[in-house]
Amino acid sequence: MSLTVKGLRKSYGAAEVLAGVDFEVASGECFGLLGPNGAGKTTTLKLCLGLLEPGAGTIRLLGHDVPAQARVARQRVGVVPQFDNLDPDFTVAENLVVYGRYFGLKDRDIKARISELLEFAGLGGRADARIQTLSGGMKRRLTLARALVNDPQLIFMDEPTTGLDPQARHLIWERLRRLRQEGKTLILTTHFMEEAERLCSRIAIMDHGRIIAQGTPRALIADHIEPQVVEVHGNGVEQWMEHAKGLAPRVERAGETVFCYAADVEPVIGALRGQHELAYLHRPANLEDLFLKLTGRDLRD
Amino acid sequence: MSLRFIAVWRRNFLVWRKLAIPSILGNLADPLIFLFGLGYGLGSLLGNMGGTSYFAFLAGGFLASSSMFAATFESLYSAFSRMQMQKTWDAILNTPMTLEDILAGEWAWAATKSLAAGACMLLVVSAFGFAASPLALASIPVVALVGLAFAGIGLSINALATGYDFFSYYMTLVLTPMMMLSGVFFPADQLPAAVQLAAQLLPLSHGVALARPLLLGEVPQAVLLHVAVLLAYAGGGFYAAVLLTRRRLLT
Repeated sequence: MSLTVKGLRKSYGAAEVLAGVDFEVASGECFGLLGPNGAGKTTTLKLCLGLLEPGAGTIRLLGHDVPAQARVARQRVGVVPQFDNLDPDFTVAENLVVYGRYFGLKDRDIKARISELLEFAGLGGRADARIQTLSGGMKRRLTLARALVNDPQLIFMDEPTTGLDPQARHLIWERLRRLRQEGKTLILTTHFMEEAERLCSRIAIMDHGRIIAQGTPRALIADHIEPQVVEVHGNGVEQWMEHAKGLAPRVERAGETVFCYAADVEPVIGALRGQHELAYLHRPANLEDLFLKLTGRDLRD
Repeated sequence: MSLRFIAVWRRNFLVWRKLAIPSILGNLADPLIFLFGLGYGLGSLLGNMGGTSYFAFLAGGFLASSSMFAATFESLYSAFSRMQMQKTWDAILNTPMTLEDILAGEWAWAATKSLAAGACMLLVVSAFGFAASPLALASIPVVALVGLAFAGIGLSINALATGYDFFSYYMTLVLTPMMMLSGVFFPADQLPAAVQLAAQLLPLSHGVALARPLLLGEVPQAVLLHVAVLLAYAGGGFYAAVLLTRRRLLT
């Protein structure tokens, strides 16, 4: 196991941020921690890195007890934080050299790896560029390259594609797949369900400081949710919803859209024929449907 | 804590190298303008100060106070930028570095800035024919020690800061009065007896008590006492900075 977390708890005063979290990540896996804002994802990552003292529970990271031996464990770990913290006073290459020194690496050894790292990050030829001249996507990729400077076995990523446009996001996803092929263990937090579905071999859904479901994305969808969805919207959808409740086992409304979940949606689609005021979309259930079923549709702040 | 703190010192040095000239000028211009303005202007009215010119008297005081300001600016404004604005410390904490490594690097760096400012001051003053004795060279470690004391205190203040404005209180309510009470501009024995006693608790008083005689070519009195007080401020300040910064960043 690359990471084993057992009975992890953390409180701030009376507020319990983590209320007993257990999970394991095997070497070479891509593990996703999903959850609404405030679910405890970032706190879990910080605890795994040994940056916070747990209230209770044990953490073993790459064979070391955390936080007791966190410094040794972090030697073979990379981190892509949620917010960019590249050094704005330095060039692209200087950022990598200075960061490598924090791992005790020699300048010569870091410099020998720079072109390879920049090539990987799609920043070839930009070694001498200043940070201010980089786009958001480029900064994100440089942060990923920086996390690889110590050739880590395991990489933590806190919302790696938040704030990126689709092109930049797809490029990051492609690079993360490549890292998995190289045998790296990846642990990421995200609230993009598409990202989790594409990348993660296994996911855990967190809410209110607990893991409420854990497994492969497909198995979770199969276990927890009806396989088919019909989304309906348009004039008179409210009245139609009352009628639909007899046609599908689960019918929910979010704003102006009604979601009908069922194994067999033929009765629903049949009832929609001839309803010219209503538009609908029929699709297979996905991770987002599961996420919303488990964590609810209420807004989190 | 380990020698890894040198990586943090080197990071700051690399940034400084890019801005070295404006930085040195900034550290030097203020004390030198005051030194020459007051030293020659006011000095011509005052005549002799116990056998030396006012300029020579002032040079020792300014050597200590400019190193105080150099360490203070670095450990307040610059450290706050790295900690709060750029999140540089957060980035470093994700590596095998610890918070103690980071603070030790910042502490040593701020003292280095003091050392550089002090050495430049000394060079300029000696170019004008003052500080001619070889004993003046002994003021260089004094300047580094004053730097460590004020960097330790500054890093503690930094850990409590809510924003850059927070530092104005410390500068105007603590450092400016300290400069008046520590014998920088005039001998402390001009102060009322009770104030003199209180002034003995201020780290800058002890820096001035060491730097001034050395620049005049004399061996200071009670060297061990002055060094001990400065070391106590340095160590106490750094220890408080570790506790307060840990509370701020790692809980």
